[in-house]
Amino acid sequence: MRTFVTVLFKEVIDNIRDRRTLASALIMGPLFGPMLFAFVINLSIERSLDDLERPLSVPVIGQEHAPNLMRYLASHNIDVVVGPADRAAGIDAVTLGTHDVILIVPEGFGQQLADAIPAKVELISDQANTQAERDARRVRTALRSYSQELAAIRLVARGVSPMVLRPINVDEIDVSTPSGRSALLLGMMSYFFIFALLMGGMYLAIDTTAGERERGSLEPLLALPVTRGQLMLGKIAATCVFMAVSLMLSLCSFFVALKFMPLEQLGMTPNFGPDVLVAAFLVLAPFILLGASLMTLVASFTKSYKEAQTWLSIVLVAPTLPILIVSILTLRPQLEFMFVPSLSQHLLLVGLIKNEPVNIMHVAISVTSTLAIGGALTWICARLYRREGLLG
Amino acid sequence: MITVNDIYKSFGKVHAVRGVSFDAPDGKITGLLGPNGAGKSTTLRVLYTVLKPDQGSASIDGADVVTNGLIARQGIGALPHGAGLYPHLTARENIAYYANLCGLEKATQEERVEGIIELLEIRDFADRRSKGFSHGQRTKVSLARALVHNPQNVILDEPSNGLDVMATRSLRDLILKLKDAGRCILFSSHVMQEVAALCDDIVIIANGKVAIDDSADGIRRRTACDDLEDAFVRAIEMVEPE
Repeated sequence: MRTFVTVLFKEVIDNIRDRRTLASALIMGPLFGPMLFAFVINLSIERSLDDLERPLSVPVIGQEHAPNLMRYLASHNIDVVVGPADRAAGIDAVTLGTHDVILIVPEGFGQQLADAIPAKVELISDQANTQAERDARRVRTALRSYSQELAAIRLVARGVSPMVLRPINVDEIDVSTPSGRSALLLGMMSYFFIFALLMGGMYLAIDTTAGERERGSLEPLLALPVTRGQLMLGKIAATCVFMAVSLMLSLCSFFVALKFMPLEQLGMTPNFGPDVLVAAFLVLAPFILLGASLMTLVASFTKSYKEAQTWLSIVLVAPTLPILIVSILTLRPQLEFMFVPSLSQHLLLVGLIKNEPVNIMHVAISVTSTLAIGGALTWICARLYRREGLLG
Repeated sequence: MITVNDIYKSFGKVHAVRGVSFDAPDGKITGLLGPNGAGKSTTLRVLYTVLKPDQGSASIDGADVVTNGLIARQGIGALPHGAGLYPHLTARENIAYYANLCGLEKATQEERVEGIIELLEIRDFADRRSKGFSHGQRTKVSLARALVHNPQNVILDEPSNGLDVMATRSLRDLILKLKDAGRCILFSSHVMQEVAALCDDIVIIANGKVAIDDSADGIRRRTACDDLEDAFVRAIEMVEPE
């Protein structure tokens, strides 16, 4: 027990003094992730919000052929401006990117309207350009509603109710809650947390195994009158301490970052108060032991610091796989998923953010299976230190 | 007291040690001498229980290094070849870490750490982080932490490698002090003069076998060479290669 405690304290102090470890454990994972997330979300929210309010200027060729349409567009927050001279010049302008969208009203437009045959207009846009396509969609919507208004007027003029054009009226009832909608966006946060948690312990896992061997400090350590299994347990425990701190920090920094995200404007209310923060920590905590022992095990087999880094970056990505598969297939939480580490934590976390009732059975399975796998890996690590091959 | 009884050790196809036996008694300095790759380090690594012998046995004060590793390790202070320190810890912390791991009580521990810092003249740099230490300083601290629990048997793998004259001299003084205190000292080297100047008993190893095990005078006599270097070369030639 004393060996365990001594190693634990020494590794913690040693690594606190190492700037690289500290930076990756306490800054990279916990702060970088949520900040990046907040930044991206903010940017996309701002864009989608001001798109509707922002006046859109659209060059129109042949404005004089459709004065009513021009007025209609202006009333829909679309400013009609003078465009290129002719159709060919218009296509060139869009291809080159001088304009995003150009509307062409041919000369016969008025006549076709008067004859009640479909009047042709042309909308030039680059559909591969997402930003331009958003503008084109606004023009398209405005044109469609103008067209529907005209159709209604024509029917009324002929004594027919415009209702005949709407045989079915679809009324959608959305049962999603504001916190449920936020889960769509915040679901991927669980990977940020798992990533931060692993980052927190990565350099310790390397330093205490491959690093120690590379430095030449492993051999004298093994020559000491201590039980070698306890050395390993102390090292894994130190890694766990760093991971736990890293996880706590990343949860807190996400909590703060959420305050700066205008999610309410999207009709989302994330359920992420202090109580959920604590619950999220508890749900993710079992993964700490698993991550620490897995990284230590992988690093134990490598010969050098660099080699360990390469292999551990694969370990960092591995927990995404089950999350990714389930997200793509949009599977709902099931009992058997709870046996899979990282996936079970992800699903439980999404449930928390959605403010769904906690399924005690699911939590119990997730905690025990993750802890069991972590325990088994820890045991393998402790056994490994008895092998002489460890010294390479 | 260290006893080595006919040990063998191979790494894949390389037969590093092929039947080495010798005794290193208390109160004496035993030198393990041999060219590079002769099997010196492998023999010592078996003794401080980092490697397991394929055959044969070895014991530290009667405790077998394989079956009773923990007890055997309690009796040794080992300085492996190229031993490294923890760069973010000070010299004192490096030593205290080992003292703590060896299970010394808090009061004795501080006393021992202070004592060993004094003995090895570490005081000047004791509270500096070991990151920028010179090779000599590193060796001193590595030696200090190996000796902090006051072991009866001291195993040093090429301790004087890369040390300057002053550092080598203080190392030699230390080894003699340990001898006077009745310890068993076993160290390896590939420098004949160094071994001859210090050792009571010299074990020459070549190609994983013991070529000769005697005092410096005995070696001169048995190889019929007055010059020790010639005697060393002659002894090595007596061992047939694999």
